[in-house]
Amino acid sequence: MSAPLLELRDLHVRLTAPGGARLHALRGLDLTLARGESLALIGESGSGKTLTALAVMGLLPEGAEVSGRVALEERDLLALDDDAWCAVRGRRVAMVFQEPLTALNPLQRVLAQVMEPIRIHRLAPDRDSARQRAMALLARVGLDERQARAYPHQLSGGQRQRALIAMALAGEPDLLIADEPTTALDARLRVQVLDLLRELVAERGMALLLISHDLALTARRVDRLLILYGGRAMEEGRAAELLQHPRHPYTQALWAARPRLGAGRDQPLHPLKGNVPSLKQLGAGCPFAPRCPLATARCAAEPPPFHRQLACWEVSP
Amino acid sequence: MRRAAFVAGAVLTALLLLSALLSLAWTPWPPEQIDMARRLAPPSLAHWLGCDQLGRDVFSRLMAGARSAWLVGVVAVGIGLIAGTALGLLAAARRGWVEALVLRGADLGYAFPALLLAILLAAALGPGMSVAMAAIGLHAVPSFARLVNGSAKSWWARDFVLAARVAGQGRLSITLRHVLPQLLPLLVVQGTTSFALAILAEAGLSYLGLGTQPPQASWGRLLAEAQTLMFEAPQLALAPGVAITLAVLGLNLLGDGLRDRLDPKEQAR
Amino acid sequence: MSAAPLLQVQGLGQHYGGRSVLRDISFTLPAGESLGVIGESGAGKSTLARLLMALERPHRGSVRWSGEDVHAMPARARRALRPQVQMVFQDPYGSLDPRWRVGRSVIEPLAALPMTGAERQTRLAEVLAAVGLEADAALRFPHQFSGGQRQRLAIARALSTRPRLIVADEPLSALDVSVQAQILALLRELQRREGISLVVVSHDLPAIEVLCDHALVLRGGEAVEQGPAARVLGEPHHPYTQDLLAALA
Repeated sequence: MSAPLLELRDLHVRLTAPGGARLHALRGLDLTLARGESLALIGESGSGKTLTALAVMGLLPEGAEVSGRVALEERDLLALDDDAWCAVRGRRVAMVFQEPLTALNPLQRVLAQVMEPIRIHRLAPDRDSARQRAMALLARVGLDERQARAYPHQLSGGQRQRALIAMALAGEPDLLIADEPTTALDARLRVQVLDLLRELVAERGMALLLISHDLALTARRVDRLLILYGGRAMEEGRAAELLQHPRHPYTQALWAARPRLGAGRDQPLHPLKGNVPSLKQLGAGCPFAPRCPLATARCAAEPPPFHRQLACWEVSP
Repeated sequence: MRRAAFVAGAVLTALLLLSALLSLAWTPWPPEQIDMARRLAPPSLAHWLGCDQLGRDVFSRLMAGARSAWLVGVVAVGIGLIAGTALGLLAAARRGWVEALVLRGADLGYAFPALLLAILLAAALGPGMSVAMAAIGLHAVPSFARLVNGSAKSWWARDFVLAARVAGQGRLSITLRHVLPQLLPLLVVQGTTSFALAILAEAGLSYLGLGTQPPQASWGRLLAEAQTLMFEAPQLALAPGVAITLAVLGLNLLGDGLRDRLDPKEQAR
Repeated sequence: MSAAPLLQVQGLGQHYGGRSVLRDISFTLPAGESLGVIGESGAGKSTLARLLMALERPHRGSVRWSGEDVHAMPARARRALRPQVQMVFQDPYGSLDPRWRVGRSVIEPLAALPMTGAERQTRLAEVLAAVGLEADAALRFPHQFSGGQRQRLAIARALSTRPRLIVADEPLSALDVSVQAQILALLRELQRREGISLVVVSHDLPAIEVLCDHALVLRGGEAVEQGPAARVLGEPHHPYTQDLLAALA
């Protein structure tokens, strides 16, 4: 078993709200990811999943306080300064963003944008070979020469997302982070993009960290799942296992909440009561306590530790 | 910091207003009183800012000038804001040829040189404060119209306006009850900025002899009169210059502060 | 007039600047039944919703509410009919005027009806309770509520006039997953309890199965398949529909 490619230990992120209040957005996350593995971070709004991705990329907003350990192949990323980050971003770890239209430069042809990381990280000896590499990458993600020479606005949503993937891969990173890469896409495209990501990751021996709010969509397409809620990890496990036997009441509720296709018009619905808490509303104990069917007084007062891939007082791991 | 700026703005503007109002009833000396014996007298206890080249008390003339500034500002901005907003709202609500007409009209108005407008009006009405008010006011209409039209259009596209249409509200009702309130912050800022610009414009017109006529006092007149005496008695130019600066600064700060206060997210605290 | 179907659409077509976005859409919806309009972005779903609500004039074809052609009548007459057909929008953050207290927004549709102030307040309390919100919510502003609560408020507003039909344009997609089921359950309960018809425009197939008797699949502005929802979703004939369903597996 090789050493983990990515290791997060007790990661905390604190933000400053516009009014000045300090918000504890991520409360002690542990995560490991090995080469060749894909992990999906599942969470709703305010769960801290995007902040985790930003912390690994060194892209947290001004005024954010980070503590804990973020290590890429044993190298501490939190200790890096701006110059050192430039060598890491794109080359060791790359990110595919949620909204392709805003993540691409509207004034530059797609081919040029894919060539950029290749040139910056000197992965090709000259311009021509850089161009050839970029073309090959674009072809691999399913874009032909005509599309490669197009401007972003001339491509469809799905094509733009593929271009973004090609750009992320151009630097030959070890770790690929995809932040809700399919939200802006339609149902069929979503599946295609996720399958493409998996193939690419397997081909290149990379690791994939997928950020998503959609458990049903990602569950069957990654190796492992980590469920976040209110800034804390709730449950973790191999995807197949978690699907069959979800242990945490939140995971169970997420599954039960979706209606099943084919179960008919009158199928019983199991909505979860209450609202997803905003950062300001989080109390002292388990963030899920206000909505949890198993919650006790202890749950509201004291957050359960994340132990044996589960954080819950009422369920034994 | 923001609160301090708002308060400073409010104070400066209030001072401007007070001196204008006060000048109606009392000034230390009658602003038009000539006294050649006191020609270019330096500041003293009797004359706080000294006297000008005709022996008139500078401080009193400043106060009277504040009156002109306010009058021109209120009327000119009033014209620009009311007419411009009405046209902009109409164009945004009706779209089509109405909007095209309003916008092309605004383009024309914008392109028409303000100075030429003032000269034409002076030729028609005879130079005076009303020329300044009319010229500055008319010139402000196109910018208000375009600004309001642009902003109103984006509000018309919002779902809550569609919901109002679904609720059976007519165009006028939606314009007045949904769209116009959203524009308040914009109008406040634009209004105070325009007010400040109006004061500057009035000063310019008076300087050129097209605005307020002697012996009426306005800050622009004072600047014009002080021009030839810049080296002998710099305080004569300094006084109106500082007054204009403080008035413009105060209005801008006030505008920013008011816009922040009008945000409903602040209201609900 | 009660013999005529609640909603009848014939040969509906729409153009924007020479580009055709909707072509030859026809269907009939009896009172008390619900229709799901399935499609992906750009298929013309939102345009169809706006045409059904008479927020736009169609290039071709007709929309009839209880037998009356909504575009063949003067604006005043159309406005008199609006209380019967209400709408819920996709974005819970944009569908309430940020400067109005929510109570005022919820009773806005009642302005067209002859009611006293006291009657309006009573109705406000009724609809807030019907969607599971406290009465004092009426005094707060939209930004003080979560997305799910705002969507409830939007539904309360749609209910205020006791409409016979509510058109819901992607009512769930902007909500968190754990909250979507609440709104879905609420909509189904309102159908059962009040007998309201729904036209649900969505790409969320399981939600459509739960809410709708009939389904129409839109692609590129055309109806590629339509019929009973159970059949369209269970045994789709058209390859496009089959593809959509396969993507969910």
